[in-house]
Amino acid sequence: MLNRTADSVARATPEPLARKVRGISDKGLAWLFISPTILLLLAINIFPLFWAIYLSFTNFRANRPNEVVKNLGFANYQRILGDQDIWIAMQTTAHFVFWTILLQTLIGFTLAWLIDRKFRGHAFWTTIILVPMMLSPAVVGNFWRFLYEPQIGLFAYAISFVTRIPPTDIQMLSNVELAPWSIIIVDTWMWTPYVMLICLAGLRSIPEYIYEAAEVDRASNWRQFWSITLPMALPFIMLAVLFRGIENFKMFDMVNLLTGGGPGSTTEVASITLKRQAFESWRTGYSSAFAIILFVAVFGLANIYVKALNKVKQR
Amino acid sequence: MSMTKPTKRKSRWPRWARRGLLENIATAIIAIGFLMLFQPFALALYTYSFITMLAGTVMFIIVSKFPE
Repeated sequence: MLNRTADSVARATPEPLARKVRGISDKGLAWLFISPTILLLLAINIFPLFWAIYLSFTNFRANRPNEVVKNLGFANYQRILGDQDIWIAMQTTAHFVFWTILLQTLIGFTLAWLIDRKFRGHAFWTTIILVPMMLSPAVVGNFWRFLYEPQIGLFAYAISFVTRIPPTDIQMLSNVELAPWSIIIVDTWMWTPYVMLICLAGLRSIPEYIYEAAEVDRASNWRQFWSITLPMALPFIMLAVLFRGIENFKMFDMVNLLTGGGPGSTTEVASITLKRQAFESWRTGYSSAFAIILFVAVFGLANIYVKALNKVKQR
Repeated sequence: MSMTKPTKRKSRWPRWARRGLLENIATAIIAIGFLMLFQPFALALYTYSFITMLAGTVMFIIVSKFPE
Protein backbone atom coordinates (compact mmCIF):
# COMPACT_ATOMS: atom_id res chain seq x y z
CA MET A 1 0.00 0.00 0.00
CA LEU A 2 2.79 2.33 1.02
CA ASN A 3 4.84 1.34 -2.06
CA ARG A 4 1.94 2.04 -4.38
CA THR A 5 1.50 5.53 -2.90
CA ALA A 6 5.21 6.24 -3.26
CA ASP A 7 5.13 5.08 -6.91
CA SER A 8 2.20 7.30 -7.74
CA VAL A 9 3.87 10.30 -6.09
CA ALA A 10 7.11 9.60 -8.01
CA ARG A 11 5.21 9.37 -11.32
CA ALA A 12 3.34 12.59 -10.61
CA THR A 13 6.52 14.57 -9.87
CA PRO A 14 7.56 16.73 -12.85
CA GLU A 15 10.86 15.54 -14.51
CA PRO A 16 13.04 18.65 -13.69
CA LEU A 17 12.03 18.48 -10.03
CA ALA A 18 12.59 14.70 -9.91
CA ARG A 19 16.13 15.14 -11.30
CA LYS A 20 16.79 17.73 -8.61
CA VAL A 21 15.54 15.41 -5.89
CA ARG A 22 17.46 12.38 -7.24
CA GLY A 23 20.68 14.44 -7.25
CA ILE A 24 23.71 13.27 -9.18
CA SER A 25 23.99 9.89 -10.92
CA ASP A 26 25.90 6.88 -9.46
CA LYS A 27 28.75 7.45 -11.93
CA GLY A 28 28.90 11.13 -10.98
CA LEU A 29 28.95 10.24 -7.30
CA ALA A 30 31.79 7.75 -7.88
CA TRP A 31 33.82 10.41 -9.67
CA LEU A 32 33.07 12.88 -6.88
CA PHE A 33 34.47 10.46 -4.30
CA ILE A 34 37.62 9.49 -6.18
CA SER A 35 38.44 12.95 -7.58
CA PRO A 36 40.26 14.20 -4.39
CA THR A 37 42.51 11.13 -4.53
CA ILE A 38 43.15 11.57 -8.25
CA LEU A 39 43.94 15.26 -7.77
CA LEU A 40 46.29 14.50 -4.88
CA LEU A 41 48.00 11.76 -6.90
CA LEU A 42 48.43 14.13 -9.85
CA ALA A 43 49.78 16.87 -7.59
CA ILE A 44 52.28 14.84 -5.57
CA ASN A 45 53.25 12.00 -7.95
CA ILE A 46 52.60 12.68 -11.61
CA PHE A 47 53.34 16.42 -11.77
CA PRO A 48 56.75 16.20 -9.97
CA LEU A 49 57.75 13.33 -12.28
CA PHE A 50 57.03 15.34 -15.43
CA TRP A 51 58.59 18.43 -13.86
CA ALA A 52 61.76 16.45 -13.08
CA ILE A 53 61.84 15.16 -16.68
CA TYR A 54 61.61 18.76 -17.90
CA LEU A 55 64.31 19.95 -15.46
CA SER A 56 66.65 17.13 -16.50
CA PHE A 57 67.05 18.85 -19.89
CA THR A 58 67.94 22.22 -18.34
CA ASN A 59 70.70 23.87 -16.27
CA PHE A 60 68.23 24.91 -13.53
CA ARG A 61 69.61 25.46 -10.01
CA ALA A 62 67.10 25.54 -7.14
CA ASN A 63 69.26 28.00 -5.15
CA ARG A 64 69.21 30.49 -8.06
CA PRO A 65 65.52 30.60 -9.03
CA ASN A 66 65.80 33.97 -10.82
CA GLU A 67 68.58 32.90 -13.19
CA VAL A 68 67.69 32.30 -16.84
CA VAL A 69 67.07 28.60 -17.43
CA LYS A 70 68.86 27.26 -20.52
CA ASN A 71 67.81 24.16 -22.44
CA LEU A 72 70.77 21.76 -22.58
CA GLY A 73 69.16 18.90 -24.50
CA PHE A 74 70.70 15.56 -23.50
CA ALA A 75 73.91 17.16 -22.12
CA ASN A 76 73.08 16.28 -18.47
CA TYR A 77 72.46 12.64 -19.39
CA GLN A 78 75.69 12.48 -21.43
CA ARG A 79 77.67 13.97 -18.53
CA ILE A 80 76.22 11.53 -15.97
CA LEU A 81 76.72 8.50 -18.21
CA GLY A 82 80.37 9.46 -18.75
CA ASP A 83 81.10 10.48 -15.13
CA GLN A 84 83.62 8.18 -13.43
CA ASP A 85 82.47 9.20 -9.90
CA ILE A 86 78.84 8.30 -10.59
CA TRP A 87 79.98 5.04 -12.16
CA ILE A 88 81.84 4.24 -8.91
CA ALA A 89 78.71 5.15 -6.88
CA MET A 90 76.76 2.68 -9.05
CA GLN A 91 79.32 -0.03 -8.30
CA THR A 92 79.08 0.73 -4.56
CA THR A 93 75.29 0.37 -4.87
CA ALA A 94 75.72 -2.93 -6.75
CA HIS A 95 78.11 -4.25 -4.06
CA PHE A 96 75.61 -3.28 -1.37
CA VAL A 97 72.59 -4.73 -3.23
CA PHE A 98 74.40 -8.01 -4.08
CA TRP A 99 75.57 -8.83 -0.54
CA THR A 100 72.38 -7.74 1.24
CA ILE A 101 70.20 -9.80 -1.12
CA LEU A 102 72.47 -12.85 -0.89
CA LEU A 103 72.57 -12.79 2.92
CA GLN A 104 68.88 -11.94 3.34
CA THR A 105 67.80 -14.72 0.96
CA LEU A 106 70.02 -17.38 2.55
CA ILE A 107 69.16 -16.50 6.15
CA GLY A 108 65.50 -15.68 5.37
CA PHE A 109 64.89 -18.98 3.58
CA THR A 110 66.66 -20.98 6.29
CA LEU A 111 64.57 -19.29 9.00
CA ALA A 112 61.36 -19.88 7.02
CA TRP A 113 62.27 -23.54 6.58
CA LEU A 114 62.89 -23.91 10.31
CA ILE A 115 59.73 -22.02 11.32
CA ASP A 116 57.67 -24.13 8.89
CA ARG A 117 58.52 -27.26 10.94
CA LYS A 118 55.99 -26.09 13.59
CA PHE A 119 57.99 -26.84 16.73
CA ARG A 120 56.74 -25.89 20.19
CA GLY A 121 56.57 -22.08 20.55
CA HIS A 122 57.09 -21.42 16.83
CA ALA A 123 54.49 -18.62 16.86
CA PHE A 124 56.42 -16.82 19.62
CA TRP A 125 59.71 -17.10 17.74
CA THR A 126 58.07 -15.91 14.51
CA THR A 127 56.93 -12.76 16.32
CA ILE A 128 60.38 -12.20 17.83
CA ILE A 129 62.05 -12.61 14.42
CA LEU A 130 59.61 -10.12 12.85
CA VAL A 131 60.36 -7.32 15.34
CA PRO A 132 63.26 -5.65 13.42
CA MET A 133 61.09 -5.30 10.31
CA MET A 134 58.47 -3.35 12.28
CA LEU A 135 60.90 -0.70 13.50
CA SER A 136 61.44 2.61 11.78
CA PRO A 137 64.71 2.87 9.77
CA ALA A 138 65.51 6.09 11.69
CA VAL A 139 65.32 4.23 15.01
CA VAL A 140 67.30 1.26 13.68
CA GLY A 141 70.00 3.55 12.23
CA ASN A 142 70.39 5.43 15.49
CA PHE A 143 70.59 2.45 17.80
CA TRP A 144 73.01 0.59 15.52
CA ARG A 145 75.22 3.68 15.58
CA PHE A 146 75.40 3.24 19.36
CA LEU A 147 75.97 -0.51 19.01
CA TYR A 148 78.87 0.15 16.60
CA GLU A 149 80.54 2.70 18.93
CA PRO A 150 84.08 1.43 19.63
CA GLN A 151 84.08 2.81 23.21
CA ILE A 152 80.63 1.91 24.49
CA GLY A 153 79.05 -0.23 21.75
CA LEU A 154 77.97 -3.80 22.45
CA PHE A 155 78.86 -4.93 18.94
CA ALA A 156 82.53 -3.99 19.32
CA TYR A 157 82.63 -5.76 22.71
CA ALA A 158 81.01 -8.91 21.32
CA ILE A 159 83.50 -9.06 18.42
CA SER A 160 86.33 -8.33 20.83
CA PHE A 161 85.16 -11.17 23.09
CA VAL A 162 85.34 -13.64 20.19
CA THR A 163 88.44 -12.38 18.37
CA ARG A 164 90.45 -10.90 21.29
CA ILE A 165 90.96 -7.71 19.24
CA PRO A 166 90.65 -4.63 21.51
CA PRO A 167 87.16 -3.04 21.07
CA THR A 168 88.68 0.38 20.35
CA ASP A 169 90.28 -1.11 17.20
CA ILE A 170 86.89 -2.23 15.85
CA GLN A 171 85.85 1.02 14.15
CA MET A 172 82.92 -0.26 12.11
CA LEU A 173 81.70 3.10 10.80
CA SER A 174 84.98 4.92 10.23
CA ASN A 175 87.09 2.10 8.79
CA VAL A 176 87.19 2.11 4.97
CA GLU A 177 87.08 -1.71 4.81
CA LEU A 178 84.40 -2.21 7.46
CA ALA A 179 81.99 0.69 6.79
CA PRO A 180 80.21 -0.95 3.78
CA TRP A 181 79.84 -4.17 5.80
CA SER A 182 78.38 -2.31 8.76
CA ILE A 183 75.51 -1.13 6.54
CA ILE A 184 75.09 -4.59 5.00
CA ILE A 185 74.82 -6.11 8.51
CA VAL A 186 72.16 -3.61 9.62
CA ASP A 187 70.10 -3.97 6.44
CA THR A 188 70.31 -7.76 6.67
CA TRP A 189 69.27 -7.66 10.33
CA MET A 190 66.31 -5.45 9.53
CA TRP A 191 64.97 -7.00 6.33
CA THR A 192 65.69 -10.73 6.65
CA PRO A 193 62.30 -11.22 8.43
CA TYR A 194 60.56 -9.80 5.36
CA VAL A 195 62.27 -12.35 3.08
CA MET A 196 61.44 -15.01 5.67
CA LEU A 197 57.73 -14.12 5.53
CA ILE A 198 57.59 -14.40 1.72
CA CYS A 199 59.52 -17.70 1.77
CA LEU A 200 57.23 -18.99 4.52
CA ALA A 201 54.19 -18.22 2.34
CA GLY A 202 55.88 -20.20 -0.46
CA LEU A 203 56.65 -23.17 1.81
CA ARG A 204 53.11 -23.22 3.24
CA SER A 205 51.66 -23.28 -0.31
CA ILE A 206 53.29 -26.66 -1.08
CA PRO A 207 50.60 -29.36 -0.79
CA GLU A 208 51.27 -32.00 1.88
CA TYR A 209 50.34 -34.92 -0.44
CA ILE A 210 53.46 -34.33 -2.54
CA TYR A 211 55.63 -35.04 0.51
CA GLU A 212 53.46 -38.06 1.35
CA ALA A 213 53.99 -39.42 -2.18
CA ALA A 214 57.74 -38.81 -1.82
CA GLU A 215 57.70 -40.68 1.51
CA VAL A 216 55.97 -43.62 -0.19
CA ASP A 217 58.70 -43.58 -2.84
CA ARG A 218 61.27 -43.57 0.01
CA ALA A 219 62.81 -40.25 -1.04
CA SER A 220 65.31 -38.99 1.56
CA ASN A 221 64.83 -35.63 3.30
CA TRP A 222 67.68 -34.21 1.26
CA ARG A 223 66.07 -35.43 -1.99
CA GLN A 224 62.67 -34.02 -0.92
CA PHE A 225 64.27 -30.63 -0.25
CA TRP A 226 66.02 -30.42 -3.64
CA SER A 227 63.20 -31.95 -5.72
CA ILE A 228 60.08 -30.58 -4.00
CA THR A 229 60.68 -27.80 -1.48
CA LEU A 230 63.19 -25.66 -3.36
CA PRO A 231 61.62 -25.81 -6.89
CA MET A 232 58.13 -25.08 -5.51
CA ALA A 233 59.28 -22.22 -3.29
CA LEU A 234 61.55 -20.75 -5.99
CA PRO A 235 58.98 -18.30 -7.50
CA PHE A 236 58.45 -16.86 -4.00
CA ILE A 237 62.19 -16.60 -3.39
CA MET A 238 62.55 -14.81 -6.76
CA LEU A 239 59.77 -12.45 -5.73
CA ALA A 240 61.56 -11.64 -2.46
CA VAL A 241 64.86 -11.13 -4.30
CA LEU A 242 63.28 -8.77 -6.81
CA PHE A 243 61.40 -6.82 -4.17
CA ARG A 244 64.46 -6.41 -1.95
CA GLY A 245 66.53 -5.57 -5.04
CA ILE A 246 64.23 -2.68 -5.92
CA GLU A 247 64.16 -1.44 -2.31
CA ASN A 248 67.92 -1.70 -1.72
CA PHE A 249 68.64 -0.02 -5.02
CA LYS A 250 66.85 3.09 -3.68
CA MET A 251 68.38 2.75 -0.19
CA PHE A 252 69.03 6.12 1.42
CA ASP A 253 67.90 6.41 5.06
CA MET A 254 70.13 3.76 6.63
CA VAL A 255 73.28 4.86 4.77
CA ASN A 256 72.60 8.51 5.57
CA LEU A 257 72.11 7.76 9.27
CA LEU A 258 75.01 5.36 9.72
CA THR A 259 77.83 6.75 7.59
CA GLY A 260 76.42 9.61 5.51
CA GLY A 261 78.32 8.15 2.53
CA GLY A 262 81.68 8.16 4.32
CA PRO A 263 84.45 7.59 5.21
CA GLY A 264 85.42 9.51 2.05
CA SER A 265 83.03 8.09 -0.50
CA THR A 266 83.34 4.39 0.34
CA THR A 267 79.65 4.01 1.19
CA GLU A 268 78.36 6.63 -1.22
CA VAL A 269 75.52 4.77 -2.91
CA ALA A 270 73.61 6.27 -5.86
CA SER A 271 70.91 7.91 -3.72
CA ILE A 272 73.52 9.63 -1.51
CA THR A 273 75.31 10.96 -4.63
CA LEU A 274 71.95 12.19 -5.88
CA LYS A 275 71.26 14.01 -2.62
CA ARG A 276 74.75 15.60 -2.64
CA GLN A 277 74.34 16.82 -6.22
CA ALA A 278 70.80 18.13 -5.59
CA PHE A 279 71.11 19.73 -2.14
CA GLU A 280 74.85 20.38 -1.58
CA SER A 281 76.05 21.31 -5.10
CA TRP A 282 72.57 22.59 -6.07
CA ARG A 283 72.81 21.11 -9.57
CA THR A 284 69.07 20.58 -9.85
CA GLY A 285 68.93 19.88 -13.60
CA TYR A 286 71.86 17.48 -13.42
CA SER A 287 70.46 15.65 -10.39
CA SER A 288 67.02 15.46 -12.05
CA ALA A 289 68.64 13.66 -15.00
CA PHE A 290 70.35 11.31 -12.55
CA ALA A 291 67.02 10.69 -10.78
CA ILE A 292 65.37 9.86 -14.12
CA ILE A 293 68.14 7.33 -14.90
CA LEU A 294 67.57 5.67 -11.52
CA PHE A 295 63.80 5.81 -12.09
CA VAL A 296 64.11 3.99 -15.43
CA ALA A 297 66.29 1.34 -13.76
CA VAL A 298 63.75 0.80 -10.96
CA PHE A 299 60.83 0.90 -13.42
CA GLY A 300 62.51 -1.75 -15.57
CA LEU A 301 63.05 -3.93 -12.50
CA ALA A 302 59.43 -3.36 -11.45
CA ASN A 303 58.29 -4.73 -14.84
CA ILE A 304 60.27 -7.91 -14.21
CA TYR A 305 58.76 -7.98 -10.71
CA VAL A 306 55.21 -7.81 -12.09
CA LYS A 307 55.99 -10.59 -14.57
CA ALA A 308 57.35 -12.77 -11.74
CA LEU A 309 54.28 -11.95 -9.64
CA ASN A 310 51.97 -13.08 -12.46
CA LYS A 311 53.88 -16.37 -12.71
CA VAL A 312 53.40 -16.92 -8.96
CA LYS A 313 49.68 -16.14 -9.30
CA GLN A 314 49.31 -18.69 -12.11
CA ARG A 315 50.53 -21.49 -9.80
CA MET B 1 20.35 -32.99 -31.78
CA SER B 2 23.98 -32.96 -32.74
CA MET B 3 26.55 -31.35 -30.47
CA THR B 4 29.12 -29.42 -32.47
CA LYS B 5 32.38 -28.41 -30.90
CA PRO B 6 32.93 -24.64 -31.12
CA THR B 7 35.85 -24.10 -33.50
CA LYS B 8 38.60 -21.80 -32.28
CA ARG B 9 39.16 -18.91 -34.67
CA LYS B 10 42.74 -18.89 -35.89
CA SER B 11 44.48 -15.67 -34.88
CA ARG B 12 46.01 -13.71 -37.75
CA TRP B 13 48.57 -12.20 -35.38
CA PRO B 14 52.06 -13.46 -36.40
CA ARG B 15 53.47 -16.18 -34.18
CA TRP B 16 56.79 -14.37 -33.64
CA ALA B 17 54.97 -11.29 -32.36
CA ARG B 18 53.13 -13.07 -29.51
CA ARG B 19 53.30 -11.57 -26.04
CA GLY B 20 55.13 -14.37 -24.20
CA LEU B 21 58.21 -14.44 -26.43
CA LEU B 22 58.52 -10.67 -26.84
CA GLU B 23 58.03 -10.07 -23.10
CA ASN B 24 60.89 -12.46 -22.40
CA ILE B 25 63.11 -10.60 -24.90
CA ALA B 26 62.18 -7.23 -23.31
CA THR B 27 62.93 -8.62 -19.84
CA ALA B 28 66.31 -9.86 -21.07
CA ILE B 29 67.12 -6.42 -22.52
CA ILE B 30 66.19 -4.73 -19.21
CA ALA B 31 68.35 -7.23 -17.28
CA ILE B 32 71.29 -6.66 -19.66
CA GLY B 33 70.91 -2.86 -19.27
CA PHE B 34 70.80 -3.26 -15.50
CA LEU B 35 73.99 -5.33 -15.49
CA MET B 36 75.67 -2.78 -17.81
CA LEU B 37 74.77 -0.01 -15.33
CA PHE B 38 76.45 -1.75 -12.39
CA GLN B 39 79.39 -3.61 -13.96
CA PRO B 40 82.87 -2.42 -12.93
CA PHE B 41 84.69 -3.43 -16.17
CA ALA B 42 84.06 -0.91 -18.97
CA LEU B 43 82.90 2.70 -18.88
CA ALA B 44 81.50 2.33 -22.42
CA LEU B 45 79.05 -0.34 -21.23
CA TYR B 46 77.96 1.98 -18.40
CA THR B 47 77.45 4.81 -20.91
CA TYR B 48 75.06 2.74 -23.04
CA SER B 49 73.26 1.12 -20.09
CA PHE B 50 70.54 3.76 -19.79
CA ILE B 51 69.49 3.61 -23.43
CA THR B 52 69.43 -0.22 -23.24
CA MET B 53 67.24 -0.19 -20.13
CA LEU B 54 64.95 2.46 -21.62
CA ALA B 55 64.57 0.46 -24.86
CA GLY B 56 63.78 -2.71 -22.87
CA THR B 57 61.24 -0.93 -20.67
CA VAL B 58 59.46 0.75 -23.60
CA MET B 59 59.43 -2.57 -25.47
CA PHE B 60 57.97 -4.32 -22.39
CA ILE B 61 55.19 -1.73 -22.06
CA ILE B 62 54.29 -2.11 -25.76
CA VAL B 63 54.49 -5.91 -26.08
CA SER B 64 52.56 -6.55 -22.86
CA LYS B 65 49.48 -5.32 -24.80
CA PHE B 66 50.01 -7.91 -27.58
CA PRO B 67 47.79 -11.05 -27.73
CA GLU B 68 49.08 -14.25 -26.09
